[in-house]
Amino acid sequence: MKKAHILAITVIAMAIGIIMSAAGDASVYVSFREAQQRAAEGNLTKVHVVGRLPRDGRQNIMGLEYNPTLDPNYFAFTLVDTNRIAQRVVYFNPKPQDFDKSEQVVITGAMRNNVFVADKILLKCPSKYVEKDIKGATASVN
Amino acid sequence: MLNTFIGDAGHLSVIVAFVAATVAAYSYYMASRNQPLGETDASWLRIGRGAFLLHGVAVVSVIACLFTIIYTHRYEYYYAWSHSSNHLPVYYMISCFWEGQEGSFLLWIFWQVVLGFLIMRFNKRWEAPVMAIFAGVQLFLTSMILGVVLGGVKIGSSPFILLRDFLDIPVFKTNPNFIPKDGTGLNALLQNYWMVIHPPTLFLGFALTLVPFAFAIAGLWKGEYTKWVRPALRWTLVGGLVLGVGIMMGAYWAYETLNFGGYWNWDPVENAVYIPWLVLVASLHGLVLWQRSRTALRTSFVLVITTFLLVLYATFLTRSGVLGNASVHSFTDLGLSGQLIIYLGAFVVLAIALLAYRWKQIPISEKELTTYNPELWVFVGATVLCLGAFQVLVTTSIPVYNAFLGFIGVKSNLALPADQIQHYTKIQLWMGVGVAFFSGLAQIMWWQKNDKSSLTNSLTVPGILSLLSAALVILLVQYFGMTMNLTYIVLLTTGMFGVLANLSMVLTLMRRKVSLSGGGVAHIGIALMLLGILASAGYSKIISQNVSGLLYSREFPEETNRDNVLLWRNDKAPMGKYDVSYTGQYLDVPKVPGYVDKQLLFRTADEYKALARADIKRGDKVYYKAGDTVDILPENTYYRVEYKDRKTGEAFVLYPRGQVNEEMGEGLLASPDIKKFLDHDIYSHISAVPPPDKEKDWSEVKEHVLSVGDTIFLNDYFAVFRGVEPAHQTAGLGLTKGDLAIQGDFLVFGENRQYHVHPVFVVRNRMIGRVPDEVDDLGLRLSFLNVDPTKGKFTFGVSTAQKDYIILKAVEKPFINLLWSGTLLMAVGFGMAIYKRRRDVEVALKPTQPEADAAPRPRPIQKKRQAA
Repeated sequence: MKKAHILAITVIAMAIGIIMSAAGDASVYVSFREAQQRAAEGNLTKVHVVGRLPRDGRQNIMGLEYNPTLDPNYFAFTLVDTNRIAQRVVYFNPKPQDFDKSEQVVITGAMRNNVFVADKILLKCPSKYVEKDIKGATASVN
Repeated sequence: MLNTFIGDAGHLSVIVAFVAATVAAYSYYMASRNQPLGETDASWLRIGRGAFLLHGVAVVSVIACLFTIIYTHRYEYYYAWSHSSNHLPVYYMISCFWEGQEGSFLLWIFWQVVLGFLIMRFNKRWEAPVMAIFAGVQLFLTSMILGVVLGGVKIGSSPFILLRDFLDIPVFKTNPNFIPKDGTGLNALLQNYWMVIHPPTLFLGFALTLVPFAFAIAGLWKGEYTKWVRPALRWTLVGGLVLGVGIMMGAYWAYETLNFGGYWNWDPVENAVYIPWLVLVASLHGLVLWQRSRTALRTSFVLVITTFLLVLYATFLTRSGVLGNASVHSFTDLGLSGQLIIYLGAFVVLAIALLAYRWKQIPISEKELTTYNPELWVFVGATVLCLGAFQVLVTTSIPVYNAFLGFIGVKSNLALPADQIQHYTKIQLWMGVGVAFFSGLAQIMWWQKNDKSSLTNSLTVPGILSLLSAALVILLVQYFGMTMNLTYIVLLTTGMFGVLANLSMVLTLMRRKVSLSGGGVAHIGIALMLLGILASAGYSKIISQNVSGLLYSREFPEETNRDNVLLWRNDKAPMGKYDVSYTGQYLDVPKVPGYVDKQLLFRTADEYKALARADIKRGDKVYYKAGDTVDILPENTYYRVEYKDRKTGEAFVLYPRGQVNEEMGEGLLASPDIKKFLDHDIYSHISAVPPPDKEKDWSEVKEHVLSVGDTIFLNDYFAVFRGVEPAHQTAGLGLTKGDLAIQGDFLVFGENRQYHVHPVFVVRNRMIGRVPDEVDDLGLRLSFLNVDPTKGKFTFGVSTAQKDYIILKAVEKPFINLLWSGTLLMAVGFGMAIYKRRRDVEVALKPTQPEADAAPRPRPIQKKRQAA
């Protein structure tokens, strides 16, 4: 066999290995119910969950728990996933400061003992591109 | 006044640029059609040149119009309103130019115009076919900012759109000529000098990948399969330099400005540039192989074409909105995905079809490479680079698979790996090992005649030295109480080998001809970068561990890292080998060096102005006297954090930055501050501060009736009431004659210093006004409530609040300077290689002269037995 063939076969094998590793490491978007099922089956791989924060009548987020003077690395909140299932989530980091304004939240992590332990929070804030108001827009002609 | 002229002029220029590019592409194509390379149809060529020249002029005019709109604050235009603001300094106006998608497309178009002109000037022989491809690409790019609706289909997004056409808000119904007073401003994170220079560098790198691509395609088209390599190689070198430096600038910006704790986050936006750069470097090696040994020509074709297609793919990834949830900072979707797919598809299909059609005619070398051929190892090294690029590509494209499956009706819920760092590292680390090892091996073999004994000889010294130095480092690492796993040891050893083997070759070449050693120098740079990444990422240490012992939650105490520490103002906390204290909030005052304590500044109704409460001085020089109006930059607060080494007593101060930007709904934007030592950095950023948008929670006012000279206790501090005096900080009160203003003079003894507190009492038209005074440091507020002149008694109200605090994260990053210095060395190496090939252009200038087909093979160096 020529060297070129050996090289080619090695490269193909490695490329397949790379694809397998990507497939193996790829995470999934799931609902909280599925996350709970996975945990019950002993599957502790991390998943992505997309959800919204429950708000009361005055648009305040319900169920936020962050008390930095007691423990700056403990933040807990409730997230409602797309199937309207609410779940308690803990995040062992300071509360992201723009959390209150976010519309949609994507978390990564896994269920543990009835709480979802998140290690990453991605916030989708209302983009400034959809801003519908301009400061001073009520002023008259310039 | 609403000015539509400049926008119309700009829009017209875009249309002219688009039409001229189309004409240029067609004319250049016609000029070169059915003719061998170097011969052209003169009249078509003239039209092509004229059209491309016009295209260039139009592009410059578009840029001038857009910049004028930003510079003159014409907020009737959406682009200025959304990316700029009144208080933005001029150099950041340049950044807002390319904050938006349209501006960055424009930048890219501009660079390609410049490169096109260079080719027209210096590569006359290749001009017609290459410029046909150039103009074709320009046609697609300008269509992206065309902003024309044809038959209900929107083509491109114009940067000259008026705000009233973009926003559908009531004010425009009542007053269509309404112009906002201020813009929404440039994203604070982009207000950094690297953001002025990083995007132009990156887009120049993008534009430079077009040059070798255009040469390769022109070569295939004209059936000239070998002559394109020489000019393409030179441009590829320039591209490798610019793109590589551009990527590292972005990494450095991220390190200095963002707070994810490092310089690389495997974000799709970063990956999208990293992938083509790896392939570009691989293609560079392919071209060099052909230049020297007449081998790997097909590989070179494939890699050069792939590099450009990957740049297009990167554009598609970051601008089509396909990334969606996957990236924090990809551009917003302008609804151009369809156009981008057509653009990408057209080039992929045309390039691959042409390559396949000509494949059989591309010369190949018959000889089989042996183990003693350096070419084999260069080839293997290039393959390693491509495999590394392949991994990043496969993973970064996960959102694309979802979109594609969704498009054909299959629901897919695939997400990017939860732990991206771990996922990428496990392959990229081995790519680094391969790069370091093969670059060292091939570099040594490249310059000598190889057989078993000569190879063993020249490998022995660097081999033994790298084993020894690696062993020494491992011992040192263990001595300092850290462990090193096997993969790290392998990377360390090969990294050392990469440095030493290349270094031994560079030293040898220096004696012969310095400019030959460019490759070696660049390889040393890369190997140093790998070592820097290994040290700074593998051994970064979070020193802000919570050591208070207070654990609020005991749900999972064993497995969580508690990486943030709460620091009360003026309290000290141990952190690593330092005692760290947070000592107050500061502001940037443009005319004063360093930062100025907020407590020295009395804020006024105008956010950008304050009154000095005391002299603001640095050393002996007084910049502002008490009572002066001070120009301030209110957006950023700098939190002063003092580090003091417990053993040596050495101290330094960091000012991590926080910006509260409510208008943009982004909460706190925190940027780190970094203390650089030769062998490590201390990197700290704010993770949280007390909610800034809420009024402080003041306690109920407690009244004290005092006589001059009395001492009281306030919130654990004692204070002396020293007297009452006419108020002197009255500039903010707007006093007129006949008004009476007095102030109490208190001296409060805090932990570290004393504070003068002056609550003010005003009588105007028999109305009483009170201006309380606060000490942020102590969480104290005093107000002057009443005066009893007969008894000489004064009533003061005292309220207290929770003390100010910050939550801080601090990380130590060892030997990160290896990464930056390696980058510089890599750039120098690229520069040397470009310098060495500077004459190639002049060769190409003389089309009549037969090109020296076989480049002279480098003379093997007659190595002495005891070399090095």
